[in-house]
Amino acid sequence: MTFIKDFINVLSAASISFVLLSSVFAFIVYFNLFDGKLKSKIGGGFIGFGALLIVAGLFIKPLLYLGITYFLIMFVLAHLGGRLWDHKTGLWMLILGGGFFALSMLDGNFYLIAAKPDNVPIAAMIFLLGFFTWVALRKAYLNDRQMLAGGIPWEKTESDEKLFTWPDLVYTEMLCMIILTIVMIIWSVALRAPLEEAANPTSSPNPAKAPWYFLGLQEMLVYFDPWLAGVVLPTLIIVGLMAIPYIDTNPRGNGYYSFRERKWELGIFLYGFLVLWSFLIITGTFLRGPNWNFFGPYEYWDPNKLVPLVNVDLSEIIWVKMLGMPLPKLWVIREMFGIIFVLGYLGLPPLLAIGPFRRFYQKMGPPRYYVGTFLFLFMMSLPIKMVLRWLFNLKYIVHIQEIFFNV
Amino acid sequence: MANLRKLQEEIVNSQIWKSIFRVGIPNTNRKRVLAVLGSLILHLHPVKVRRSGVRMSYTWCMGGTSFFLFLVETVTGLLLMFYYRPTIEYAYPDIMDLREQAPFGIMREMHRWGAHAMVIAVWLHMFRVFMTGSYKPPREFNWNVGVVLLVLTLLLSFTGYLLPWDQLAIWAITVGSNMARATPGAGNEGPMSGLIKLGDVRLIHAGDDARFALIGGRSIGPSTLLRFYVLHCMAIPLAAGFLMAIHFWRVRKDGGISGPM
Repeated sequence: MTFIKDFINVLSAASISFVLLSSVFAFIVYFNLFDGKLKSKIGGGFIGFGALLIVAGLFIKPLLYLGITYFLIMFVLAHLGGRLWDHKTGLWMLILGGGFFALSMLDGNFYLIAAKPDNVPIAAMIFLLGFFTWVALRKAYLNDRQMLAGGIPWEKTESDEKLFTWPDLVYTEMLCMIILTIVMIIWSVALRAPLEEAANPTSSPNPAKAPWYFLGLQEMLVYFDPWLAGVVLPTLIIVGLMAIPYIDTNPRGNGYYSFRERKWELGIFLYGFLVLWSFLIITGTFLRGPNWNFFGPYEYWDPNKLVPLVNVDLSEIIWVKMLGMPLPKLWVIREMFGIIFVLGYLGLPPLLAIGPFRRFYQKMGPPRYYVGTFLFLFMMSLPIKMVLRWLFNLKYIVHIQEIFFNV
Repeated sequence: MANLRKLQEEIVNSQIWKSIFRVGIPNTNRKRVLAVLGSLILHLHPVKVRRSGVRMSYTWCMGGTSFFLFLVETVTGLLLMFYYRPTIEYAYPDIMDLREQAPFGIMREMHRWGAHAMVIAVWLHMFRVFMTGSYKPPREFNWNVGVVLLVLTLLLSFTGYLLPWDQLAIWAITVGSNMARATPGAGNEGPMSGLIKLGDVRLIHAGDDARFALIGGRSIGPSTLLRFYVLHCMAIPLAAGFLMAIHFWRVRKDGGISGPM
């Protein structure tokens, strides 16, 4: 029992769980692209990578945990294949997940966090997200298979069929309202709304957390400064969402579930929504304790937990560690490499336009292409910074304290 | 049974009933059409809908759920407003009274859980609309209205979070509003803000930056509470209501509940 708990505690560290989640995501996307049939090379590649991680794990212990889990998950997924989208398999996965969650409630530390009144909706959200992701991908998969066989998506088979609003629609709405009302009443009677002691501006709780739907942003503060994590990136999320219908010129997949017809849009959106946004919220809610330190789900939130501060800036890595020189006084020279790196990153779109993304550039036209890639690069800056942090303990790429400009 | 049927017929055919609903029981197609057309609320719907628009497995019913939860929030919120005074002397004791003194009082519970549920419902609604590609032409603009409504939902929930004036509330809002301090060019600690100067005097400081505008002071205090109360009870619901009207109207104008184009 303790072993399993320790195992999961180690696994849920952001560096490991994020890699796992990203890989599972890539794997499932890949499934849908290839009609659930594993092309032996790529599928084997995923499993082989897991095996490689286990070997590396013999030397670096956390990698062993990652490797074993990675290998097992990929192995199971590969063998499930298209059956992942069966009614039965989906139901079993939900039951397994729910059962595991219920069992975990027996653990005192897990219970303390998961049963906190304001965290209950997030636990519900995890299951709802899982369920609806499964529903949507299952429908997309079934439609895609039908279309591959020369058919049409099932939504189209009945699109000419119209029903009277009364009774078909109003009765459905009525039923939904009644069920929702009952759910809300039971929920409200069963669980009291949280109320702590009266506000006291002089004693701040540890950890002080934002409302749960903003915890993704608060978690981003680990990797970015507030001006990026709290202002620029949220703004770009909203702008990006609003820009979607104008960037996406693909006329297919309008009004029905499909994956093959919209693999790029779906891949990018699902990655942002499920892997980045939801992952950050869940980490920020359940796994961040006092001083915003990381705690596994079964770990006691010890306010005195010591975490060594080992993060260094890019300028220090290059000037001090690699070149063996003191840091230059003038910030333009000191941060030269970081600035070049950032400008190079933002300068990628025109380079990609004549290189690998030429097809997109020609299809979308310059304005759509540049806005789209720019937004995409900003989204990907988060996982890039995360991986750099885990690999090199990198704190800032550009660190200009003089004007509060830190990236 | 026969008596019940007779009673029903008598009620439906009475002058009062007919004056309100015009048509009797919609048991013919003509009456079904009239029932929808003749009602202000039902005529949000077209007379006939696509089959996929009625299927729960297709729509997940999340847009309707979001709207219904908004109504729940409006009703419970209105009742809470009877008892709640947005000043730091009274806010917390009023909530305490609601909790301890109101018999069978679940309005605050329902308001809070409804708020959480609404955030989740709106996210899932966006998720469904994306997964079915229903933002594509001709629905681009309505997707945009939806994104703004999503942001307003988050802001509604955020402003409401402060009102109980307990430790949870002020520290969550402190953490949330501290971010505004770092707004580039407009926040006290934001990049480039230090460059905005008149002679040697910094124009952007803790007393006039973006955070100050948001919370009405240098720290969370009485003016923040009043500000958030007004935003929560008046400004944002009005804006959301207006945008919802546009949202629903555009659903009809852009081809009805989404389905294959």
